[in-house]
Amino acid sequence: MTTVDDSITSKLDVERVRQDFPALALEVYDRPLVYLDNAATTQKPESVLTEEDRWYRELCSNVHRGVHYLSQKATDAYEAARGKVASFIHAGSTDEVIFLRGTTEAINLVASTYGRQHVGSGDEVLITEMEHHSNIVPWQILCEEKEAALRVAPIDDRGQLILDEYERLLSERTKIVAVTHVSNALGTINPVREMVEMAHRQGIPVVVDGAQAVPHLNVDVQALDCDFFAFSGHKMYGPTGIGVLYGKRELLSAMPPYQGGGEMIRSVTFEKTDFAEPPARFEAGTPNIAGAVALGAAIDYLSALGLAGIAAHEQQVLAHATDAISQIPGVRIIGTAETKASVLSFVIDGVHAHDVGTILDRQGIAVRAGHHCAQPVMDRFGVPATARASFALFNTLEEADRLAAGIHQVKEVFG
Amino acid sequence: MSDLMDLYQEVILDHNRKPRNFGKLEDADHFAEGNNPLCGDQLRLYIKMDGDRVEEIRFEGSGCAISTASASLMTEIVGGRTLGDVEDLYQGFHELLTGDPSVTAEAAPELGKLAVFSGVREFPVRVKCATLAWHTLQAALKDQDQSVTTE
Repeated sequence: MTTVDDSITSKLDVERVRQDFPALALEVYDRPLVYLDNAATTQKPESVLTEEDRWYRELCSNVHRGVHYLSQKATDAYEAARGKVASFIHAGSTDEVIFLRGTTEAINLVASTYGRQHVGSGDEVLITEMEHHSNIVPWQILCEEKEAALRVAPIDDRGQLILDEYERLLSERTKIVAVTHVSNALGTINPVREMVEMAHRQGIPVVVDGAQAVPHLNVDVQALDCDFFAFSGHKMYGPTGIGVLYGKRELLSAMPPYQGGGEMIRSVTFEKTDFAEPPARFEAGTPNIAGAVALGAAIDYLSALGLAGIAAHEQQVLAHATDAISQIPGVRIIGTAETKASVLSFVIDGVHAHDVGTILDRQGIAVRAGHHCAQPVMDRFGVPATARASFALFNTLEEADRLAAGIHQVKEVFG
Repeated sequence: MSDLMDLYQEVILDHNRKPRNFGKLEDADHFAEGNNPLCGDQLRLYIKMDGDRVEEIRFEGSGCAISTASASLMTEIVGGRTLGDVEDLYQGFHELLTGDPSVTAEAAPELGKLAVFSGVREFPVRVKCATLAWHTLQAALKDQDQSVTTE
């Protein structure tokens, strides 16, 4: 009997995949672009660009409305994209996949519907200290409205969640846990499966911010057993303005609508409206059809390359960059968790992150400088801001070296 | 690299390393806070007036080299000046950073050392770093309660 070992991953041919990304041929300030701001948004491969363009040229029509040929084609393409998303994150059903604008809208949807239904006075919502503002503010608004309390599970000096403290904060008052899968500011990969298990033992549903996870990790929402999972298309090589909320069917079915309008109804009279079943209930108005279809193309692209091979390559680049940078005197890496994905945040003694960003920029190196929409993380580490390099499948070891050389240049300018 | 050298002139690096008039002013009669939410620059400005003359001015906070040096040089130049002078300096500085690039710093000799910020014009996203201190100064002198933000 022969067994197939699917753990063997095909090695990513980075020089070949770079050819797929038109933007990587750009020069900025007469230097080849080194794009290391992928946690903000990734560059897009040709296949995604072509698919979005093709939709407008050949399939443009509204979905779920017309009886005519194009409308049917457009609907098929839109629903096929939903199917691709469902298999990509291993959802049990396509009905559990809602197309939205992005992670932020997805989290706001959960807070405004499920949250308003289940959180009351004296209740608690539990988040972690490493959340992006988009996984803090919607819960803050909800808690304020309901006179509930927002509780925060702390992280340690390496930027890892203190799991015992997290478990201790779960109580009968906790009505929702909201946690990021991968920290955008630190790169930490959270033990989401264990966290979900702990919460579920007390009957608490878990919302996962998956924005930074989907381009790097093989996400299986059923294995994680999370109740909601939110992510954005543009951080995984798809277009901006399209994102996904996954929700367990039984939860979605019991939730009220988020917005009212066309598409989300079964029947409307002036007296009463019957709402459609999910996912349509949560997709009021004409959706970003071209975006959804192009997101489908991004999923095809990632699937063809294989996430295991992508992850192996990115880990190699991250390790190489981490090594190179930590050898530079005066450089401190913020976020040194045991398990990390593709994010390298750092500060340089005596140089503000904003100045680091400008000097790297003039060398053609695009990094993010600032608080990364995670001000509590900056406060935790006692820094006003960090410079952040974040890697994608198309980044190379040479680019990591150029980053290190760029940091030497920063130190030279600042003497 | 020459743009970078224009931006990070020695005077700017020096004022970033050793900001002048840094620290709280206990008997200040005017105060304002400024912040740049995008990059986290924070500035607290204390002023003591003598009639319509700035008798003493000090600042606290943290920020990038451009915003720190700008605050430091601003406190040096506006100390002892009248409100009318301060307004002229503000207008001149603003013009230097955002105005017609053919008008050089030499055309505005009253700006003095502030001319070192002429390089900022080539870095549009950094203009707000350089102007934060001046906007905060305006707020402090007008006794506006709300904090100033660059956004």
